[in-house]
Order: sequence, then C-alpha cells, then structure tokens
Amino acid sequence: MSEEYRNMWKDLGLDLEAHDMLLEVLGKGYQDIYLAQKDRPEGMGYFDFVLSEVHGLRIKELMDEKAAGRKVVGSFCVFVPEEIVRAADATLVGLCTGADFATEEVEKILPRNTCSLIKSAFGFKLGKVCPYIESADMIVGENTCDGKKKSYEILKDMTPNLYVMDLPQMKSAEGRALLRAEYFRFKEAVEKLTGVTIDAERLKKGIAIVNNKRKAIHRLSLLRKADPAPISGLDALLANQVFFYDDPVRFTDSVNKICDELEGRIDKKEGPFPKGAPRILMSGCPMAVPNWKLPWIIESSGAVIVGEESCVGERGVRNLTDNRSSTVDDLMEAIVDRHFKVDCAIFTPNPDRLAHVEEMFREYKADGVIHYGLQFCQPYIAESMPVEKALEEKGIPTLRIETDYGMEDVGQLKTRVEAFMEVLKP
Amino acid sequence: MRYAGIDIGSRTIELVVVKDGDIAATKQTDTGFDPMAQARELLSGVAFDRIMATGYGRNLFEIAFDAPTVTEIKAYGVGVSALIPAAGTILDIGGQDSKAIALNGEGAVRKFEMNDRCAAGTGKFLEIMARTLGFDLAEFGSEALKAEKELHINSMCTVFAESEVTSLVARGEERRAIALGLHQSVVRRAVGMIKRVSLTGPMVFAGGVARNPCMRRLLEEALKQEMLIPEDPQMVGALGAALLSARAAT
Repeated sequence: MSEEYRNMWKDLGLDLEAHDMLLEVLGKGYQDIYLAQKDRPEGMGYFDFVLSEVHGLRIKELMDEKAAGRKVVGSFCVFVPEEIVRAADATLVGLCTGADFATEEVEKILPRNTCSLIKSAFGFKLGKVCPYIESADMIVGENTCDGKKKSYEILKDMTPNLYVMDLPQMKSAEGRALLRAEYFRFKEAVEKLTGVTIDAERLKKGIAIVNNKRKAIHRLSLLRKADPAPISGLDALLANQVFFYDDPVRFTDSVNKICDELEGRIDKKEGPFPKGAPRILMSGCPMAVPNWKLPWIIESSGAVIVGEESCVGERGVRNLTDNRSSTVDDLMEAIVDRHFKVDCAIFTPNPDRLAHVEEMFREYKADGVIHYGLQFCQPYIAESMPVEKALEEKGIPTLRIETDYGMEDVGQLKTRVEAFMEVLKP
Repeated sequence: MRYAGIDIGSRTIELVVVKDGDIAATKQTDTGFDPMAQARELLSGVAFDRIMATGYGRNLFEIAFDAPTVTEIKAYGVGVSALIPAAGTILDIGGQDSKAIALNGEGAVRKFEMNDRCAAGTGKFLEIMARTLGFDLAEFGSEALKAEKELHINSMCTVFAESEVTSLVARGEERRAIALGLHQSVVRRAVGMIKRVSLTGPMVFAGGVARNPCMRRLLEEALKQEMLIPEDPQMVGALGAALLSARAAT
C-alpha cells in the first residue's frame, strides 16, 4: 500500500489499523470468491483492478475532483437521481455497506433486529473505515423502509452533512407529486452545494452520461440470456456493484468493452459454466460489495446466475430517462417519471415487481428463482411469500432464502441451494 | 454389486449397504468431534463397491473419500419412497435440521422447507429442553404424554425457551406439563413448514425425532392424519444415498 494512500486515509480520518484489517479481509474474500473462478472474461481484469483500488485510486480521484472544486455526493439508494448530481459536475457514489463491521458498536445505537445492510453502513461509519462517506460533501438519506428512515435520525448526529429525501410509498398521483417535489428540492440542494445552476444543457448532459451507463450494464444483462451464459453471475454482479463507485464514463466504456468480448464468447458458445447448467434468477434485496455469499454458494454448486432482479441489478438500471425535452422542467419531469417506475418493495401494492420477476424468468431462460431476503428487511421479506406463491402457481420453481452478512449459515444455505438444484435438474 | 450410503448428520452417522435393491447391512455411530474418523471406523469391515454420502458432513466425506454426494433432502425423498412408495410428504426432524419435503408422486422432491440456522424446532432443541427439565432424552416424549395439562411455550429460540422453562419451573408448574408445551411448540413450527410445502398424500415422519411418541401424537392431532414412521427412521437418508449410488451406477 503506497504511503500516499495512507496519508490520504489519515487525512480523511480513517482508523488505519481497522481499515488495513478490512482491506485484508476484502482482499482474501475476493481471492477466494472471484479470482478462484474459472474461464473469466478478460475484460473482468478492469473490474479486478477497480476493486483492488476501490479505497485507493478511486478515492484519490475523488480527492482530486474535490481539490478542483467539484463535489462528492454519497447515497445508499437508487432513488437518489444521479442525473441531477452529474448535471452539477458533482459525483455520486454509493456508500459502504455489505459486510459486518463494528457490529457491537452498532448495536449500542441501533436495534439488534435491524437489517445487515443498515447495520453495516453504520459499522463502516463508526469503525471509521469507509473513505466514501468521509469524503462526501453531502450524504443523501432517503425515506425508503422504516429501518433506514429511523436510522437516518441517528446518522444525522454523526454526519451533519446528511440530507434526507422523502419518498412516496404508493404509485398514485399524490405519490408522484411527492417524488417530483422532492426531486426539485434536491436539485436546489445540489445547486446550493456546488454553486452550479443546473440549466437544460447541463441536465441533458447529466442524463446522457447516466443513461449511457445504464444502457451498458443493461446490454451486459441481455447477453446473459445465452446458453451457456458468457459470464458468471458473480462477475456480472460485480459490474453491477462497481456501477455505484466508478467514474461513469470510464465505467460505461469498460462495460461496453466486456460486452464486445462476451458477444465473441457467445458466438463460440463459451462460458464459465457448461451449456445446460441450471440457470438461476436472483430476486430480492440489493447486494453491495462485498456481499457475495449467496451468489458464491449458488455458483459453487454448479448453477449459473443469469440475472438479478435487484436494485444492484435490473431494478436499478432497467429504465432510461427520456432526454428529448429541452427545458429544465420537462427534463426534471422525465427524471421523476423514470424513477417513479422503480418497483421497490417499499411501495404498496407493488405488482410491477412480480411481473418483472416473471418476465426476467422467461427472457433469461431461467430454470428457477432464488428469492434473496435480507433478514429483518421487512419490505422484501413480506413480499417473499406472496412472490413465491405466485411464481409457483405459474410453475416457476422458487427457493426463498432469508439470511444476513454472517457466514455461520453457509452450510445450511449450501444444502438448500444444492437441494434446489436437484429439484431443477433431477 | 453392493452400494453403500452414508448419512453424516450433526449427531449421528448412519451407514446402509444395499444389494440387489435390498438392505444388506445397517450401522450407526455418534458423529462426535471428528466425523471423518468416526466414518472411517464405521466403514471398517463393511464390504461395498460404491458409496455415496449425504448429510451435513457430506462435503468433508467427498474430500476424504473421493465419493459423490447428494443432499439429505433428495436422499430422504428417495429413501422414504423406497420404504413407503405411496408417501406424499415427509417431515424429517434431525439433530440440527428440520425439513418438510413434498414429493412429486414419483419419489422426486417437488418442494422443500428447511429451518433457519438456529436450533429452533430441531432435535437439538428437544435435547436441551429435556436436560433443562431433568429428563432422559429417550423418555422425554413418553413423559410429556403423561402430563395432565399443557402449558403454552411462546419462545422458539432455544435460549429464550430455556429461560421461559426456568420461570415456569419457578412458578411451580409440573415438569411434564412444561415438556408437553415444549413438544407442542416444535410441532407448531413443523406444521408451519408442512403447510408451506402443502401436505399431499400419506405423510411420513422420519429422522431421529420420529422416535419420540409425543411428537408423533401431537403431529397427528394437528394434521388430522396418521404419521407413517419407517421402522428405523434414522436410516432413511443413508438408504436413499445407497439407492442413488446404485442408480448412478446403472
């Protein structure tokens, strides 16, 4: 690790010892789960590099941007519109979560029965190991589930630059009006933060950058319809995860490059798993780096994951923002329309999500659906049983998994996943 | 050809050898702290041509003995179907796991449910509770059946249930009544799993806990259906693995 990074981390107020430990665990996990895979596309080298520098070079880039007067905005959710942030020449980054850290400290301030994702985000903050949250000029909390909503009240004391965005819970005209009002308020907040007035030209440029990023990752997703799938689910998940950290333009180029390579693989019928391997659609809660447990169990059992119906996946990127208007107001309406389509489980009722799961199951020629619910994530856990029931009524085999970031249940999960494979391919 | 199946569970290891479709030998031992040493000892002196492993220790066995594996869920489906061809649904409560398995009518698994990581609703839960109340595990079920009233136990978590039991004891409640309540709490959980896979056809109860008469009676009352129990309910997984080993060879 270069001295330059260490000084940067120190300046950000990170706990260097704890941070070293985290990087070591992360590196080892990456080695065991990612680098141990066979027949990876060459283009994954880029993502290996990004991940190895996720707390290094990428943070350095953010610090350079800050030094040049640009701002960094951190968020935990796909409802925070990146277009608006980008329009003000600021950078939106996903904040750290995805692994248990400083759990004992977290449980002093949050209920034990809070989901791992929220606990982890707090753990990274309390443990002083997330360079993203420390470098962010503005942190956007969003009122999605109750767990997040109430925990932001507590996070506010630790991060005075927290901005809370309210979100609707119903797909009604009133719901849309709320989202619209909140996005206009957010635009003003970003303008105030950056000192930039967002005009139509800027907004169009912001939309174009983010749309291109979504298009690229969606292109990658569509290539996974091939049998054999040209890329493992783990590698595709990684690209979806890096989506939230990387420079958007460079990310778009890198994903498109890997897609070119995958097209060649499809022509040659190549892939990391043989043709006919059980094909799994994952559906449910988002998976942040380094939450690779369940995909790893699935793919080390010989199945290939062909899609993620998740915020870190299709739910987050499926829709584009209409960029044809030429006024700020119309473009803002388009951003509202685009995000209002996201079928997050905080909405009630949420029939679009089930329709999307079925559609993805068919289009990606999956053999079964594994529903991933993060323990204590009420919205997705509550949807898990009705989703399972509805899918099974249509003859779609479904396995419902509820787990957290801990590794104690790997043996049991493996038994369940393997037994599910036996059901799919007796 | 002699085909063996070994079921390495959290509490016990079972071995079944099948020849021409019939059971030629069965053996059982405790899992202990070194399952592979125990497995090796169990296998010594047993003649077989091929072996397949199932149960918790199957992956360890796969590495140590270079043998194929199958999950206990499929193994139970095959084993039960061989013993009771009409079986529609299986409840398997073992030392560490409980599972409800729905069969597709041809001996293959259609759907299954399995307990979470904790010991709630498993043999381990009953074992700890028997100890807390000073019963031998072997007599826990029959003693519970002698209770004159039933107490309601709310906690399924082993740790919380233990404190609940302690407070019931302190209140002067009869220990058989507490025992009955504890059995009932395991049954409630099992019934929930069975309903999720939807109960169809004759119901088979297997795994070590199927030996417990109180569990059987309470399940029959709750499901309003007879529970079919294989003669040796703990051998079902090993039998299934042995039959699958034979199937794989042909």
